Amino acid sequence: MLKTWRFHGGLRLPAHKNLSAHRPIVNAELPKQLTYPLQQRPGVQLKATVAPGDTVLRGQIIADSDHFLATPLHAASSGTVKSIEDRIIPHPSGLSDPCIIIDTDGHDEALPPEPVEDYRLEPAATLRSKIRQAGIVGLGGAAFPTSIKLNPGPQRHIDTLILNGAECEPYITCDNVLMQAEPDAIVQGALILMHALQVGDGIIAVEDHMTEAFQALSAAIEQSRDRRLTVVKIPALYPTGGEKQLIRVVTGKETPSGGIPADVGVICQNVGTAAAVYNAICRGLPLTERVVTVTGQGLKQQQNMRARIGTPISDLINQCGGYQDSVERLIMGGPMMGFALPEDDIPIVKATNCILAAAGSEVATSKETRPCIRCGDCAKACPVDLLPQQLYWHSRAGNLEKCKEFSLFDCIECGCCEVVCPSQIPLVQYYRAAKSKTIAKAKEAEKAAIAKRRHDFLLERKAREQAERAERSRRKKEALAKLKAAETATEGAE
Amino acid sequence: MKFSTVMSPHLQPVNSVDRVMLQVLLALIPGIAAMTWFFGIGVLINIALAVVVALLAEASILGLRGRPIGSTLKDLSAVVTAVLLAISLPVIAPWWITVVGILFAIVIAKHLYGGLGYNPFNPAMAGYVLLLVSFPMQMTAWLAPIELGSVALNEVDWLKLIFLEQLPANIEFDAITMATPLDSVRTQLGLGRSVPEIKTDSVFGLLAGKGWEWVAGGYLIGGLWLMWRKIIGWQIPVGLLLGLGLFASICYAIDNNQFAAPSFHLVAGATMLGAFFIATDPVTAATSVNGRLIYGLLIGSLVYIIRVWGGYPDAMAFAVLLANLTAPAIDYFTRPRVFGQKA
Repeated sequence: MLKTWRFHGGLRLPAHKNLSAHRPIVNAELPKQLTYPLQQRPGVQLKATVAPGDTVLRGQIIADSDHFLATPLHAASSGTVKSIEDRIIPHPSGLSDPCIIIDTDGHDEALPPEPVEDYRLEPAATLRSKIRQAGIVGLGGAAFPTSIKLNPGPQRHIDTLILNGAECEPYITCDNVLMQAEPDAIVQGALILMHALQVGDGIIAVEDHMTEAFQALSAAIEQSRDRRLTVVKIPALYPTGGEKQLIRVVTGKETPSGGIPADVGVICQNVGTAAAVYNAICRGLPLTERVVTVTGQGLKQQQNMRARIGTPISDLINQCGGYQDSVERLIMGGPMMGFALPEDDIPIVKATNCILAAAGSEVATSKETRPCIRCGDCAKACPVDLLPQQLYWHSRAGNLEKCKEFSLFDCIECGCCEVVCPSQIPLVQYYRAAKSKTIAKAKEAEKAAIAKRRHDFLLERKAREQAERAERSRRKKEALAKLKAAETATEGAE
Repeated sequence: MKFSTVMSPHLQPVNSVDRVMLQVLLALIPGIAAMTWFFGIGVLINIALAVVVALLAEASILGLRGRPIGSTLKDLSAVVTAVLLAISLPVIAPWWITVVGILFAIVIAKHLYGGLGYNPFNPAMAGYVLLLVSFPMQMTAWLAPIELGSVALNEVDWLKLIFLEQLPANIEFDAITMATPLDSVRTQLGLGRSVPEIKTDSVFGLLAGKGWEWVAGGYLIGGLWLMWRKIIGWQIPVGLLLGLGLFASICYAIDNNQFAAPSFHLVAGATMLGAFFIATDPVTAATSVNGRLIYGLLIGSLVYIIRVWGGYPDAMAFAVLLANLTAPAIDYFTRPRVFGQKA
């Protein structure tokens, strides 16, 4: 058993995992229509490589971009591109944005797979490019491009790969069931990632209640006969699945504030991402499907579904028997950090690990907010050791400088402080607002600086022009005077 | 189907101010029960009066401030203040003592500073200190515990005593009052007697005063329950008892004729009530974890210093108010190191 460390604070939350943890993964039906938002991350807009009317095959690239944080998007089944039009995208704003709409033809024809014969013979750059080409991003929820994470740069020495199997948010079990169903794919994926990173240590971290997953992974490692890989149980304490928290728990290392895990020699990947890497490299399959936990008391049935990316949420809900009357909120992600969706005609994307149709009894519907009584429970719960109370006072007062001083940007918005707050203050909202205000202000300041430079330049130019004009007229006068003098001289001579 | 799009976290909050206050009130029951047993039902009359006045005062001032009345009264913070002040008063204090103290606590100390959460000083202790310095005679007339008292008062006697300031015809005021243990140690030491001699007086029991020690035990039990329920942290009570105990131990070791034993100081007066119920008021205490330990130590030390060398026999109220002043500074100097940042 490996030694584990602990981080400050955190919460033991009611898990609600039994709703879905012990059921087999169900293959979702092929949807009639697939929808692909072109906005991949904030600020990363893909360009469609297909046009309405084009026929596409499963695994065919339909959108891409040169942006370094972009990864290509693949059609998840065969069909015809119906249109590229605005649809509501899965984003906290609930706004519409351009999406590629594909009508599937039901044949599910795929491009021929192009697997790599032996990944151990491939250089890291080739593997990275193949992983990017397969459209692989972090499947834990953040959807950060995996190929970028695998390229930490020559100045950072990486010694450990951590696979994150700690699904710390309540309800979500997609990683847990995947570890049970496909331990070999995860282990092989881990070995590929270790090869691509040239690291000697690989650790798969699972929560201590995931006994089946632990056993399955242990057996798979045994079978792979690779002693560099170990699986470790860590305490189920939210937010232990947060990247920096997990690194702390598994290695005892603290990722510096504002830094990335590579700064302490660690790369973290989700277990689902490792399986996707295995599928991409060894089976030649791009990322077109994932396991999604469809759960909550607001549903008739809860289960884990293997669904094509782009499937409408309403399809998955229907295959779970539809809503209960008690359904209150539809959440993409978990109840702590997921965001509420305005409706269910929204597609799942690569980052969608969970669809939570929560009944009224499962979510906070009416909070009775009272003044802060300074109890300090928030500070005790904060996994980053911030002072949420001070951040609350300063963000409420709009004092952004003070917020910065109290390390607002170290806040990971995990929601622990808000859940324990007896005054039931929407703390995270205050922090988000203060963060966006700070960013907006910085942008404004940048704009103002540019405007000032322009203005200064204008003044300078005007001054220069004036000086030049003055110089010109002086010269002209001089020349005239000379001319006159010369004329007088000649006149005098005559 | 349309859904509401509220922001995360979506999970229900696990706690509420109302629940915290209610549990504090429940935790006070053993102490109040002991007090009623040893000193009579006057305690309960004082509590009832204080609660009614506090709720009326809070409702009126909320009305004046244009704040919601019903939902705010429900937070029970005014009731907690009222009960804490009521049980700090001498049991036979006349009704107007309670009324003046509560009005000052709720109107001045709490709402003029912005109401719940904004008051820098513990309202109950502010009310107590105002009464102590304004009406020293009424505030130091303590009833003798039932074991020592020769007279028993019935319900009507109690109501007459508190509301009309009348005693039954055959009883003298001096016959029912008695110096508190802390008071008698103080005066008797002044008269040149040693602590072991003083402790043989009838007012003393096993550790501190007869009756008083049981009341302290009641508060200790309630306080431990609050800790177990995680309503209060251990830092302030432990800090306070440690600060007081350390000071008392050192002085006791130096001269046990002049200084009472630490066990006496820990049980006597308002120590237990203060450690678990008064100093732990989150609004006016330091907020950081380490800060709270320091805050507790400070109160404990101040209590001892004032008790032994100051002008008052007990000192919880003064010590708490003085420590309230230091809370912001303590918080400033005990900020934790943020994860991933350098110390």
